[in-house]
Amino acid sequence: MNVRGTLAPDAATWNARVPAAARNHNPVANNSGASDAVRLGVVMLCHAALDLAARMARIWASGGAVVMIHVDSKASKNDVAKMRSALADLDTVRFSHRIACTWGDMSLVHATQNAARQLLDEWPDTTHVYLASGACLPLRPVSELRAYLAQDPTADHIESVDAREGRWTAGGFDMERFLLWFPVDWRRRRILFDRLVQVQRRLRIRRRLPAGLSPHLGSQWWCLTASTLRAILDDPRRSTFEAFFRFSWIPDESYFQSLARIHSIRIENHSLTLAKFDPFGRPYLLYDDHLQLLAESRCFVARKIWADARGLYAHFPATTDAGDGRDAATQPDSSLMASVFDRAVARRRLGRPGLYMQSRFPAKDRENGKTSAPYAVFQGFSDLFPQFEDWLATRIDADVHGHLLGPGEVEFSGRPEVGPGALSTHPVLRDHDPQGFLSALIRITRRMQAFQFSPRDNQALNWFIVTDPNARLMVVTGAWVVPLLQSDMPFDDIRRVAAQLQRIELDQQTALRSVWVKAQVRSWDLSEFLDDPERALKTAVQMADPRAEPGEDLPVMRDVAGLPDFLRRLRNAGLHQRVTGLFHERSDSSKGGGLG
Amino acid sequence: MIARIRAALKQLRRRAERQRLLARAIRRRRQITIVRDRTGGIGPRDLLVFTTLRNEAARLPYFLDYYRKIGIDHFLIVDNASTDGGSDFLAQQPDVSLWRTQASYKAARFGMDWLGWLLFRHGHGHWCLTVDPDEFLVYPHCDARPLRALTDWLESSGTRSFPAMLLDMYPDDALDAKPYAPGEDPFSIARWFDPANYTIRKNRTYDNLWIQGGPRSRTFFADDPLAGPALNKIPLVKWNRRYAYVSSTHMLLPRGLNRTYDEEGGEMASGCLLHAKFLSTFGAKATEELDRRQHYANSREYRAYQAGLMGRSRLWCAQSQEYRDWHQLEDLGLMSRGHWA
Repeated sequence: MNVRGTLAPDAATWNARVPAAARNHNPVANNSGASDAVRLGVVMLCHAALDLAARMARIWASGGAVVMIHVDSKASKNDVAKMRSALADLDTVRFSHRIACTWGDMSLVHATQNAARQLLDEWPDTTHVYLASGACLPLRPVSELRAYLAQDPTADHIESVDAREGRWTAGGFDMERFLLWFPVDWRRRRILFDRLVQVQRRLRIRRRLPAGLSPHLGSQWWCLTASTLRAILDDPRRSTFEAFFRFSWIPDESYFQSLARIHSIRIENHSLTLAKFDPFGRPYLLYDDHLQLLAESRCFVARKIWADARGLYAHFPATTDAGDGRDAATQPDSSLMASVFDRAVARRRLGRPGLYMQSRFPAKDRENGKTSAPYAVFQGFSDLFPQFEDWLATRIDADVHGHLLGPGEVEFSGRPEVGPGALSTHPVLRDHDPQGFLSALIRITRRMQAFQFSPRDNQALNWFIVTDPNARLMVVTGAWVVPLLQSDMPFDDIRRVAAQLQRIELDQQTALRSVWVKAQVRSWDLSEFLDDPERALKTAVQMADPRAEPGEDLPVMRDVAGLPDFLRRLRNAGLHQRVTGLFHERSDSSKGGGLG
Repeated sequence: MIARIRAALKQLRRRAERQRLLARAIRRRRQITIVRDRTGGIGPRDLLVFTTLRNEAARLPYFLDYYRKIGIDHFLIVDNASTDGGSDFLAQQPDVSLWRTQASYKAARFGMDWLGWLLFRHGHGHWCLTVDPDEFLVYPHCDARPLRALTDWLESSGTRSFPAMLLDMYPDDALDAKPYAPGEDPFSIARWFDPANYTIRKNRTYDNLWIQGGPRSRTFFADDPLAGPALNKIPLVKWNRRYAYVSSTHMLLPRGLNRTYDEEGGEMASGCLLHAKFLSTFGAKATEELDRRQHYANSREYRAYQAGLMGRSRLWCAQSQEYRDWHQLEDLGLMSRGHWA
């Protein structure tokens, strides 16, 4: 049905309704014929902070809009009376029949329908209806909004995303909102709500959609042309649709959005109200410090304003017009504002990788990044090359530490009394929370961190490191034998120590060989490494830092003469070597000269 | 099944503990006598501060000033036998209700019994900040938004408690090098802190995080760093008369209030309590408190302090960072805005 024909533009009668003060307040409306063609009505839904809502209503009214206010019937009588008396002087502000509203409920749709119907009845020449809340603050003068609408007077400005494809919601249901039954309130009966969803999913319950209805979702806050709105309100199948939406989830985000698709001539798929939601479906609050961002967004309306954000209430609405009237109808652009909130959402959901603190303490494997940056672990190298740490420090772009997890004081690079970020060198404090220690060190430093490791060190982080994609782990297994070779301990003690170290390294090997490995791992056994130490060392260094050039000069290696013999003695004393590699046999034949 | 029974038993035990703490606080209400009662003026939405103190006259002007500026409406203070005139100063303040007691601080669970009663009696339904006179709350956006913005937001997102880790602040010089004058900003002297020296463990009984470390652990407690004080605090709570602080403001019952952290990798909002303990006033305090032996674990802290102070009265090290603002603390990962953009 086409109601547009009945809407003969009659600017003179319209302006007669607007208080004189408002008209003067409204330079654009007066000098722009186009925006006179737009006669704006505002449906305002209020439930709390009615004093602020009254101020908002005044802003709308003095900008030349007619306002129909719906106040939740749960609001206190006293507050409502105050609001009425505060707005009593405005002829263009009326109150609609009050009903009780519940969040995410059909009652909000009914309230909107009632108020819209009353608005269109009382001011039949309205051309556009804007749905706002009491906490929606007009950022730009109403005249600019009218000028903007006048550019394309037949367009309906409503966000309306196809529920089948668009992932409009933040993690909630998409199509299931319409295909399952939602008879109970999500906020108050959360457990029952979840159970019902589970049961329906298991029973594969699917509601039938009313013929011709294609479910769409979008922001609750829209601006429809009066003709579209009338068509929705006067739809002969309205009761069918209402019966359907009554049991879908959060109908106030889908009822008008879906029906507009049926009745609208042309939809501008956006909302003129800037409203972002947090990960829990709550609208973001806006504060005084958002003033600059809000002004730059050039959005017409923003919500939700914190009730005490006096700076915002004092500043807005503010014109974006430079004075010549040309900018009056500029396109809003909320991308900057959106990115601020998107960053906040990301911080809440993902957090900063490698951060463990009082309000972020991820459970194992839920870290979204166990550490914040790549780091290198050299295992066994310092046993072969006593000066390895100093040598490496000159070869790669990294802070090269000693045995960070060693049994003694923490060996930070340069052996300071206090480590980076004031980390304590006390092993007890480190071992109290080794994971926190390592991740804090990596977070607080700017360069890559590299450190030495051996089976003599604290092994608590083995799985953590192996499952961390940031770790680059270079291992020479069995290298711990080399210092023992030169030890003057009694052989019996040596055998015991060797057995212990081997057991520890074998434990670590199970982690290194598991399917959970995420680190870059390169592992040599001692015999492999000694086959060509130069090449192996180069590989290891370049794995830690691909841009490094290790050069020709190797660090001084410990004397490994007599190693095969030493290993044979260990074996004969009852210790099977399982990490050093096949040594004696090869040394007997091909490498005998080199090592023996 | 057995696990379930065990969990239910533990829950019952925690409930019994909470009720015991509450009963104890109510019983000990007789220990404190009212000096100035202005609680009648507390409005339904007021933000309240609860404090117990002794001989802190020098700190009080700045303390009240700081919290008034961020929007605290009323202070409820228990004065534990001060002798420095701070009590008179407090009694004159228009927004302070003052109680006085001569009883033992230690026997009253380090003052928490007294505050427990005041929280029970006056805190119900309010956002209550329980802090010492040397603790200053820094929260996200505190330079641009009043505390009420935070509590409104917490409330709208269904959060009942807000964590703020204790951050020990210290000067870059010997502690007594620059004397602290009443009313002065303590952080103009004690401007430095440890950026990353903290360990965290989760306490499975109460579900709170146990944070230790900081400058004290590497100086006063260098020999036995795990004996150092806990730094985790939950000072800001939308109070209900059923709640109880278990140990200082480190943890609460029911334990849901202690789950102020995300375990799925995300960040929840948190703040810091800047700790202005290490000023020129500290030496005298340590001596006095040591004589009274009224502090935690037989004043182990103060003894360690004094032993430490004799040797090196400097907490500063080359890795210390100078305090700038809350953004800095957030970048360092000591606090977070969560999704409060």
